[in-house]
Amino acid sequence: MQDNTPRNDLILFACFSIAVLAMPLWTAPFGADYPDLLQKFAIYGIFAIGFNILFGLTGYLSFGHAAFLGVGSYTAVWAFKLLTMNVLPAVLFGVIFAGIFAAAIGFLSLRRTGIYFSILTLAFAQMSYNLAYSVLTPLTNGETGLQLRGTDPRLLDSLLGVATPDGLPSPNLFGFELLGYPSFYFCAVMLIIAFYLALRITRSPFGTMLRAIKSNQNRLSYTGVNTRPYAMAAFVISGMYAGLAGSLLAVTDPLAGAERMQWTASGEVVLMTILGGAGTMLGPILGAGIIKYFENIFSAFNDATLHSIFGFLPHWLSDPLVAVLGLFVGDGWQLTLGALFMVIVIFLPGGLMEGATRLIQLTRRKRPDGGSSEDAAGSRRAFHAGE
Amino acid sequence: MDAIVLQILNGLDKGGAYALIALGLTLIFGTLGVVNFAHGALFMLGAFCSVALQKLLTLSMKVKDPSVTFFDAYKQIPYLEIWLGDTGKAIIDYAVPLSILVAIPVMLLIGLAMERGLIRHFYKRSHAEQILVTFGLAIVLQEIVKHFFGANPVPVPAPATVAGSADVGALLGLGSSVIYPWWRLIYLGFSLVVIAIVFAFLQFTTFGMVVRAGMADREAVGLLGINIQRRFTIVFGIAAIVAGLAGVMYTPILPPDYHIGMDFLVLSFVVVVVGGMGSLPGAVTAGFLLGILQSFASMTEVKSLLPGIDQIIIYLVAVVILLVRPRGLLGRKGVMEG
Repeated sequence: MQDNTPRNDLILFACFSIAVLAMPLWTAPFGADYPDLLQKFAIYGIFAIGFNILFGLTGYLSFGHAAFLGVGSYTAVWAFKLLTMNVLPAVLFGVIFAGIFAAAIGFLSLRRTGIYFSILTLAFAQMSYNLAYSVLTPLTNGETGLQLRGTDPRLLDSLLGVATPDGLPSPNLFGFELLGYPSFYFCAVMLIIAFYLALRITRSPFGTMLRAIKSNQNRLSYTGVNTRPYAMAAFVISGMYAGLAGSLLAVTDPLAGAERMQWTASGEVVLMTILGGAGTMLGPILGAGIIKYFENIFSAFNDATLHSIFGFLPHWLSDPLVAVLGLFVGDGWQLTLGALFMVIVIFLPGGLMEGATRLIQLTRRKRPDGGSSEDAAGSRRAFHAGE
Repeated sequence: MDAIVLQILNGLDKGGAYALIALGLTLIFGTLGVVNFAHGALFMLGAFCSVALQKLLTLSMKVKDPSVTFFDAYKQIPYLEIWLGDTGKAIIDYAVPLSILVAIPVMLLIGLAMERGLIRHFYKRSHAEQILVTFGLAIVLQEIVKHFFGANPVPVPAPATVAGSADVGALLGLGSSVIYPWWRLIYLGFSLVVIAIVFAFLQFTTFGMVVRAGMADREAVGLLGINIQRRFTIVFGIAAIVAGLAGVMYTPILPPDYHIGMDFLVLSFVVVVVGGMGSLPGAVTAGFLLGILQSFASMTEVKSLLPGIDQIIIYLVAVVILLVRPRGLLGRKGVMEG
């Protein structure tokens, strides 16, 4: 990450694009090569990239980012209901509305920094969540969640004479139905665009300014820079990313519920970013992928699968083992998440990307001496250095 | 008038819980400088102390029901009742007050273990990292409780003698239309007593004096040869007890489930911010004030005027306070402003 020449960035971007587009191929050995999960990787990757622009780059810890995700989802579903089943207007409106919402919240929250900022964003997100459940029911359909109906007006569709199928229509891209893999590729292209934009933002003078805000906001103010517009821009951009992710969630499954706005969802994106490495380009996407993958795998486990896995052990050994591990899988997946959260913050605050960088540095330092084969020892040392 | 008194009373018991949790949060922040997102989990653990004790006391044996003669009927009779007769019945009835005795040592231990095992390593880290690690801990504690007690709320009844309602109107000479559950009155009194004990402890004992001195200038106290760290650890334990007791006594009012702590935590943080970060009287005042405000906002008259206001009033107040007077109602100038 030290030499950020345009050429290296181009290589990074090219590798990233190929990796994303080829995801159905290389995830097959992990048993993750089905569109539902791949879509989630891409969507939460976008969410985490956006969050990283605010948290990793600018240093503002928002605890209410799920609110923007929810707004994006609701807007997209409304676009489906009122305008057309084409996904482009839905995504566009989702991003725009989330941006406007973020501008309003950011205008107020960014007056404070540090934990006050965190609490303010948390308060706003909880407010939106509570309202979505109660008063705004005509807009959000409360607990049931906002759904498509056969009787929706869909003005643009009826204006252009698009034939409505019997039953519920599904999202399409100019007549091409987005279900299964096409839907994943739509999300993947969005992820690549989002990544490219984030890369450009990070490398631009604007990105440098954001990093300056993170490292020392006071010093920046003393040199006569008004930091508010920059932080504001970062907040809105990051809100728009969340809106994009939210509208894509609605594209893959046209349904929006208030639980997407709950603060546990905000906590999840924080964890994704931290796990991968806040402030790095690839880290948040990696974190999002890992969490969504394990969420999917672990929550499907139950005691019976565990028993079959440890079936080779004698009973007196396997039973307690299964009992303990059973806490962490299935319904207890959240426990794994919480424990992971703690372990990462305690031992590896820089996330997996920092761990990888340390490993590379260690092996590089080793190479002139001749011995570079102790990967395990190196990783252990990197772990302890983090304490 | 009656309606107003009733709403104030309604707000006070919830306000008592807010005040107790916020008091602990402020104590921890003032002494250790740590933002503890796991404090709500401590409240939840306290509540489950009483659930656990109640379950333990009512461990039952299947006994043949002699009153049914047509067929073999069985009923569950708690062991305590079998062994001790009516005394056992009374003990079971008073499970919630008895849990206070259990909760104090348990919460103290949990608090000390948490501080020594985890929080200690985070004094010098950024607030963001403190928030994140305690947030992770809160999830872990919550999930463990969920594993053992299930995801549904567990009702724990109040003792039968105070299960009814009090005619507060008659007590205050206001007429007879102000009816209020006894247990909520008890909760209010209990929270006031706990708050008074904490304040008296800090104000009138040598230990409290040292702690207050440490809050003002930790380094100077350390230079005097006082092991301020150990005292702060004990303060953490005390804060854990206070949160736990708030949870124990709250169980008859609201059957606890595993995420009750999180619901209260967010609100308590708002309370701390409104009261002023680091100000103990501020936390208590803001707790009761916000509780009352919330109860007024839930009145039907107010709701019909401003729909949804009951859901957001606390957050709204917090936002206004933070923007207008960032140090909070009673906060000192310069503490965590910015």
